[in-house]
Formats: sequence, structure tokens, C-alpha cells
Amino acid sequence: MNYSLLFYLSPEEFEARKDPKKREAFWKGFLPYMQALKDAGIVVAGAGLEAPGAARTVRLRDGQRLVQDGPFADTKEQLGGFFIIDVPDLDTALDWAARYPAGPGGLVEVRPNLPPVS
Amino acid sequence: MDAHRTIERAARDSYGRLLAFLAARSRDVAAAEDALADAFRAALETWPRTGVPEKPEAWLLTAARRRAIDAGRHARVHAEAVPTLLAVADEAQDLASADMMFPDERLKLMFVCAHPAIDAAARTPLMLQTVLGLDAARIASAFLVQPAAMGQRLTRAKAKIRDAGMAFELPQPKDLPPRLHAVLEAIYAAYGSGWDDVAGADPRRKGLALEAIDLGRLLLQLMPGEPEVQGLLALMLHCEARRDGRRTPAGDYVPLSEQDAARWSRAMIVEAEQLLMAAEKGGRIGRFQLEAAIQSAHAQRAVTGHTDWEAIALLYEGLVRLAPTIGALVGRAAAVAEARGAATGWELLNAIPADATRSYQPYWALAAHLLKRMQRLPEAEEAYNRAIGLCEDPGMREFLMRRAGQVP
Repeated sequence: MNYSLLFYLSPEEFEARKDPKKREAFWKGFLPYMQALKDAGIVVAGAGLEAPGAARTVRLRDGQRLVQDGPFADTKEQLGGFFIIDVPDLDTALDWAARYPAGPGGLVEVRPNLPPVS
Repeated sequence: MDAHRTIERAARDSYGRLLAFLAARSRDVAAAEDALADAFRAALETWPRTGVPEKPEAWLLTAARRRAIDAGRHARVHAEAVPTLLAVADEAQDLASADMMFPDERLKLMFVCAHPAIDAAARTPLMLQTVLGLDAARIASAFLVQPAAMGQRLTRAKAKIRDAGMAFELPQPKDLPPRLHAVLEAIYAAYGSGWDDVAGADPRRKGLALEAIDLGRLLLQLMPGEPEVQGLLALMLHCEARRDGRRTPAGDYVPLSEQDAARWSRAMIVEAEQLLMAAEKGGRIGRFQLEAAIQSAHAQRAVTGHTDWEAIALLYEGLVRLAPTIGALVGRAAAVAEARGAATGWELLNAIPADATRSYQPYWALAAHLLKRMQRLPEAEEAYNRAIGLCEDPGMREFLMRRAGQVP
């Protein structure tokens, strides 16, 4: 069963990911976590996302394409990356979410993926 | 213990006794809970102000009956259970009001909760909810599942008890050891520690530690003189005695070998030692007595100033023979490494099948520690990263990063 682990980051964490001085501190917790997921052989896919400032939100209105700068939802924490993992059940997915080294304000959302459309 | 906790425990005690009594006769745990829910809530609100009533069970039954008569409530209780339940409640009230011995059926309830037909994952939560009256949300957060999912798991378990007409009775002597083991396992799962000689107490479960000790005390009261029950309670008390020593005042994790023994609770250690001595007189060794003996050997450092690792290694040897769990195998390797050198410990650790260790954090923490001691630094770093990546507890993560030399 596939689950998505969605990692939400605070603005400070988005900044720390790129800041030459703070990068190392940010990644030294996350890289081992990423490796542990890979070593467990459960990763289907995953990606880190650029900060929400780089987002464009696209809507269609009366057939017109409306492009807005910024993310869809204007919340403090924003989606910063995700993993899709293949694990037997929700409890196992939650166990993996609990191992995410969240910074202050950071959190993980766990959602079951829909089965593939056949 | 503060006054509020005393009252809470009295309320829970009464709740558990009444629930066990009603459920043992109606065989419908959910209906009995429904009948008692509001009464228990009222007790927790009222008793801290008024004190614990002289006859707590009679007080709770009066409160429960008043609610049960409400027509609205009946719709929520299974209709067929209502007459039985009211009759049983009347019987209970007669007993509780008169100065008669109110039968304590909680032990039977504990055995039903840990029945082989009940899903193993539901046994501990079921016991916490029925015997101690903890709510599903609190239990769910300690077991890291969604409250709704926990609620469903508990509902299914209760439906099983009712539909299978499971008997509320004590197991036959020949069936007792395996059934008792399931009860002990369930209580220990609620405590969920015992890791402190390797690394990392499970941070999820610590919220229930005191409740688990309460359950252990209750079980001992119901089965006095049972060596494994004494062993389990001794084990939990030894671990609990070190709670304050496990963190620096700043909140950093401190491994057992570096803890300041002066910060351990002397009272709990003394109680644990007495229980363990009493258990030994029973002349039946078991897993929990061995685990408690290991913790007792660690506790000796408070008196002697040093740790007898050879004795601990031997105790682990016995534990591995009785119960070769992954935890015991890793614990044995750790003790052997201290007693006979890192390379010998590493050999034992390395022999554990990789399938069992892939995502088991204490294994990687110990592997990192031993590889570092053997100066196999690149492998040590890899193992540290693995242990760090599998960490749930931020304090432990920081500790391992310091050990790995990644932070000062």
C-alpha cells in the first residue's frame, strides 16, 4: 500500500536549506533519515521542493489561463518535499513519519495514495 | 503522589471494578462502558472537591443508573443488553450498598483483554481502556495511531468478546502460563521501556508509564506471589527509577553507563529489589524476572560504584535462551562487548539476521558504538547515520550526532 509523507517546513527551515551557514545543520538530520527510508527498501518516489516563493498557481477561468505568483494556500508552513513509501499499513507509515527530524513548526502529513487508475 | 492522582486512582479503581463486574455478567463490555461513562466523568469532576465517597462503587452505580434510565441513552446501548445490564446493575448496587464483599472481577477482565482471540495489537489498549478507564484518544496518541483508528480497533475487540460469548473466567492451571504471559506482555507494552542499557527509550510510550505501573500493581494485588508478576513490576520500577537520570537538566539524553546514580529514585529501587527477592523465592524463573535482574545489576552501581558487566552478560545469555527477541540479542551483544571487549560483542551483534535489524534503531546505535571502539571509523560513521535516521527522539538524535562527531 502506498502512502505519501508530506513534509511541511517553516519559512526559517526553507531559508536554512539554502543558507550556506545553516545548510549543514539542516541536512545533517535529514540525510540520515532519507538514507534510512531508502535502506528499508520502501521508497517509491520522492522529491524536495523549492521554497513557496518559487511557486506559480495556475487556474482556468472561462477558458483563460490565470497564473499567480506564490503557493495556493497562504499558510506559514508550506510543503517542502515528499516521499511516497510502500509499507504494509498505516501504523508503519506513521512510524516512519515519527522518525522525520522536524524543525520547530515543521510537521509531516501522512496520506494514503489512491490505488492506480486502471 | 499528589491528592489529585490519589483521587484519580480511586476513581479508576472503582471504575475498573464496576466495569469488570458488569461486563463479566452481561459479557458486553461496550454496553457496560456506556452505562458507566458519565458516572466516571462525574466522579472525576466531583471527587476532587468532595473527597472520595465512603462507598465509591455505590456512588458510581447511583450516578450510572440515573443516566441509564434516560430513554435517549438506551438507543446507544445495544437494545438486548439493556435489561441484562439493568438487572446486573441492581445486583451490583445491592452488593455495594450493603457491607458485603463486592467481588473483584478485574483479573478476569484482564485475561479476557489478553485472550488469544483478541487481535494482539488491541490487547494493551483494551486493558488500558477497560481496567483503567483511559480514553481512546489518549491511548491512540501514546501508540501513535489515529484516535479514530484506535476507536475502531477497540470497538472490534469488544464486539468480538460479545459475539463470541467469551467467558470471563480465570484460565485453567494448565493454560495459565501462556495466558498470563499475554497479560504481562500487554502491560509491558504500555510501559514500553527497558532499552536504557543500549540506547533510546521508546519516546512514544512514556506517557503511559505510570498507568502501566498501576496495572502491574493491580495485577500483583490480584495474583499475589506470582513470580513473573513480581518480576514485571520490579522491571518497570527499576526503569522508572532512572527517569530523571536519563536526561540532563537541559534535556539532553544520557546513556545508562553515564547516568549520575544519585539522581535515581532510591525508593523505587528498594521496592523493585524487594519484589525481585520475593520472586526468587517462587523458584520459577521467567523472562520478566531475568529482565528485572539485569536492571537490578545495573542499579547496583548506585551502591558499589561500578557495573558488573560479566554478570549482566550471563543474565542476557539466560534471557536469550528463554526469549530470543531482537531486543535481548542486541542487549546481550552490548553487555558482552563491555565485559569481554568490543570485538567479541560485535561478533554476536553481527550474527543477528539482517532482516530483523534493518530498521531497528538500537541495533545501529550499538553497531556504531562498537565499530568506533574498534577504530573501524568509516563503517562506524555509516552505522551512526543509520541510527540517527531511525531516531524518533530529538534528544537521542542529538546525542548520537555528538557521538558521531557531527556536532561539538
